[in-house]
Amino acid sequence: MITGPALLLALMEGAVGAAVLALTALGLSLVFGVMRVINIAHGEFVMLGAIIVWWCSAELLGAHPALGFLLALVMAPVVVGLIAMAADWLVLRRINYDPERTIVATMGLLYVIQQSVLMTYGPDARPIEPPVYFRIQLPWFGYSGYKLIVIALALLLLGITWLILSKSRIGLYMRATRLDAETAQAFGVPVRRVYASVFALGAMLAAVSGVLIAPIQQAHYLMGADPLLLSFIVVIVGGLGNLRGTLLAAALIGIGEGMIAVLFSPTLAKMIATLLVALVLIARPGGLMRESAP
Amino acid sequence: MSARKTGNPVSLSRRQILAGAGALSGLALAGQFPRSAYAAGDPLKIGLQAHRTGIGAAYGYWYERTSVAAVKVINDMGGIAGRPVELIVEDDATDAKRAGEVMEKFATQHNVDFVFGPLFGHVVGASAARAADLKMPLFIVSEGSELADGQFNRYVFQTGITNVRSQVKAISPFVIGNVGKKVTMIIPDYIFGYNHRDFFTEAAKAEGGEVKAVIAIPPTETSFTKYFSQIPPDTDAIYHVMVGPGVLTFVRELGEFFGTKGPKLFGFIDSLEAVAIASPGLEFLEGSHLWEAFPRYLSGLDTEGAKFYRDAVGLDENGANKDNAKEVSTNSHMFGCWETLFSIKQAVEASGYKGASDRKTFIETVEAITSFAEGKEHPQGEKKFIGKAHQCFGRQFISQVEGGKLKVVHTTSIEDGLYEPKADYTTQAL
Amino acid sequence: MRQAAFRSYAFHIAVIAALFLLQYVLPAYHIGTFTRIMVYAVLAIGYNILFGYTGLMSLGHAMFFAAGAYGAGLSVYWLGFGPIAALLAGVASAFVVSLLAGIVVLRVSGVAFLIVTLMLAQAAFLATLYFNTITLGDQGIVLSLRPIEMAGLSFALSDPSVKYNVALAAFAFALLFSLWLLRSPFGRILIAVRENEARTKLLGYNTFLYRFWALVISGTLSGLSGALYCLLFAYVGASFASLQYSTLPLLYTLLGGTGVTLGPLAGTAIMYYLIDISSSFTSSYMIIVGAALLVITLWFPEGIGGWVRRFLRRKPA
Repeated sequence: MITGPALLLALMEGAVGAAVLALTALGLSLVFGVMRVINIAHGEFVMLGAIIVWWCSAELLGAHPALGFLLALVMAPVVVGLIAMAADWLVLRRINYDPERTIVATMGLLYVIQQSVLMTYGPDARPIEPPVYFRIQLPWFGYSGYKLIVIALALLLLGITWLILSKSRIGLYMRATRLDAETAQAFGVPVRRVYASVFALGAMLAAVSGVLIAPIQQAHYLMGADPLLLSFIVVIVGGLGNLRGTLLAAALIGIGEGMIAVLFSPTLAKMIATLLVALVLIARPGGLMRESAP
Repeated sequence: MSARKTGNPVSLSRRQILAGAGALSGLALAGQFPRSAYAAGDPLKIGLQAHRTGIGAAYGYWYERTSVAAVKVINDMGGIAGRPVELIVEDDATDAKRAGEVMEKFATQHNVDFVFGPLFGHVVGASAARAADLKMPLFIVSEGSELADGQFNRYVFQTGITNVRSQVKAISPFVIGNVGKKVTMIIPDYIFGYNHRDFFTEAAKAEGGEVKAVIAIPPTETSFTKYFSQIPPDTDAIYHVMVGPGVLTFVRELGEFFGTKGPKLFGFIDSLEAVAIASPGLEFLEGSHLWEAFPRYLSGLDTEGAKFYRDAVGLDENGANKDNAKEVSTNSHMFGCWETLFSIKQAVEASGYKGASDRKTFIETVEAITSFAEGKEHPQGEKKFIGKAHQCFGRQFISQVEGGKLKVVHTTSIEDGLYEPKADYTTQAL
Repeated sequence: MRQAAFRSYAFHIAVIAALFLLQYVLPAYHIGTFTRIMVYAVLAIGYNILFGYTGLMSLGHAMFFAAGAYGAGLSVYWLGFGPIAALLAGVASAFVVSLLAGIVVLRVSGVAFLIVTLMLAQAAFLATLYFNTITLGDQGIVLSLRPIEMAGLSFALSDPSVKYNVALAAFAFALLFSLWLLRSPFGRILIAVRENEARTKLLGYNTFLYRFWALVISGTLSGLSGALYCLLFAYVGASFASLQYSTLPLLYTLLGGTGVTLGPLAGTAIMYYLIDISSSFTSSYMIIVGAALLVITLWFPEGIGGWVRRFLRRKPA
């Protein structure tokens, strides 16, 4: 049953999954790392990204799908980032980022976002034309060229995020807040604004991955559940809040999931992954990767 | 917007109320808020259990649209037995648990006369079970074969659309004879898919073919490529039938995987319902065959009745919304709502049904029906109705994709899909 | 003290009596609705024992609900059990699942506890899909049930008034049981664990064991609710294990007021009617759930029960 072509397909599917997952999970991990809260509505930001790309390419510009896609690549993070900032200001700040209450509140946010989309966009899964459409014919099977572009774009975006985090002032503030919010505040870091921007940045990463995945999967109001679950898994296995661990875990889980899904059953793959998380958390509450800094 | 009124509210005269008062006594036990009266002119309430949300949403939209159109036509014709029809729509979210609640709502809150409309197998099963508890006639517009196999009860009917078993029986000779003998099936991982698997495997064997593999995919799945590597290399025909929100992704990924060099394809139109055949990425479908119950393109079934039906529902000649060519219909399923409503009309008028206390007579009247004639009421074609099994049988179409359009290449007869159903509901008490 | 206990029991029994009488005044549709509310209230009561009294917030109660539902449903479908045997099978399987879950999840606390319960429940949900040769997956199983045979009488479960009274009996049991439990020494220690685990430990109590049994009791009651739901409405499917059945009891409990015995009933009834009414205006009725969660976290952390209690205490006795 396990033949070369099947393995190759598994690897390719896994790589696409891993690349997009890395973006989504990085957002979740960033939020947890700096703010120490878990955002249950994270998957809905992915969904919003997909809805925006549909809107840009199908409704706004009837023109070439690539134009709409490029517009969405800019617009989705901006819109979703603003929504996230509003959520931070209206909700999270008011409950003082209490971990348990944040979970309940973001769960509320999940329903509000998802159901608002259902109300306006409707219950249908709508197709989005990929910005470029071509097919790569391998000797055993064909593969979508767009999927390979997704890998490249995701890597590029990860690189940009990495630069922002390590080189810019805001990145410095974020790292300082992550290490110790109170000390950072004492040194003049505007912690509240850092929180708002981190929450927004996390959401923007999710939205961008939604834009990338939409031409592959269609846009649907319930599509947020899977990315949330998988990025949860990745963030936990990688060590809560550990960004390098998150990326590594995304590669591992993404490709691993692709392999199991192709060779056995997608449901089984997800089941194994979720159980893995539970076990990891129980065995080592800090995650597989220990954070280098205390 | 759940209770959508389509009937004209008719004011009642005092005498009519008195005339209906007799019917009240029978109902006094049923609830504290009995209906005011069952006089002529009082609307006949029909509940549409629609898949407005959930995985069946694309079908739900068109089921509702078709039903609203049919009710309008019926009311313009003077209603049913002189009474206007009021259509009440409830969303079951394509969820079996919600379906039970919706049936209860219809029976005890809206006090409807009949319910119709569920399509997806798991929802149908749940609603059917509640129909017997609530003694509510339920007309399913589904293709499940369980009804004719005797798994439901005397309150459940299928008068508007044929079932999978009959469809598969009618088309298998064509598939094995013209498409390929070594078949891999790709089906949704639930009862509807299992119907296809079981009946086609049996029928293929009878025709000298063989099912090499069956790949069952959860209907909520969003990406499919990973499943395709399970297709055995010596397959020469793929039999695909998919439902759920991801159908376009499904066919597109099938195309990416095989290109034009793959095995030949035979599909049930379900894989492409509400999807435009000319979408980018679907070029590989050119030349492949599809089953249709009601040809999507007007050219496939250009009869008086079909034209009338398409105009009333608002379809253009390509089977899309005439106001928005991007909105492709689920034409091979939704006609079932239309035909069901007209069969209810026929049975109400023949039985002299006035209200809930006449349900027994009503059910016996439906069971006595033997056929529906082709026409405006039954635009898909003539139907044979087997009363004891509560199931109708009709013709099927096989179309080929030609220049990005569907062209009917074969029409089966009713007899091609006819089989002796196991069920005999007439022996059950009412 | 004894008088207070008497008053408390009398009050709760009066509520149960009122619910019993309600079936003679309510219109048919609302009888069905209240049947569901009481079944869900059992789930919320179970949830409240863990969350309201022990202070552990779980996002995995769907697992226990589904364990009860599948325990009952599968034993009817595959083994031909009667309703009473099936109910017991459901409760028993929820008990076993709670035992196993308790051993695993209680090694962590706080947010980690929340995630582990969520993940286990998700794995359980996927398992109901994966083992679809047994569970019939998404599609689920529609059950045909034999009537309950008791003392020479036969009660058909399809009869709405039988449904109502079965649900009422289970609700009464769960309510009085939770009341008794919380007034017992065991319950007092649970509250102590919630308020200050370190101090309780210091006093010589094995707090792990107390949390463990709280989880098992909570899970088993949730399973009772699942088994009832399955039997009364003759259906069990994968949606019973979905996240919704973990969030709803949390919402019911928060809305009704954590740590108030009647809170779960109040929260369930209010939420159920809010959803039911809004579902006749829009298909997006779950937005009510989201809005309620936000409003409660922001402005009413004590819920309705807490608010009422404060109001009552303010009055001179």
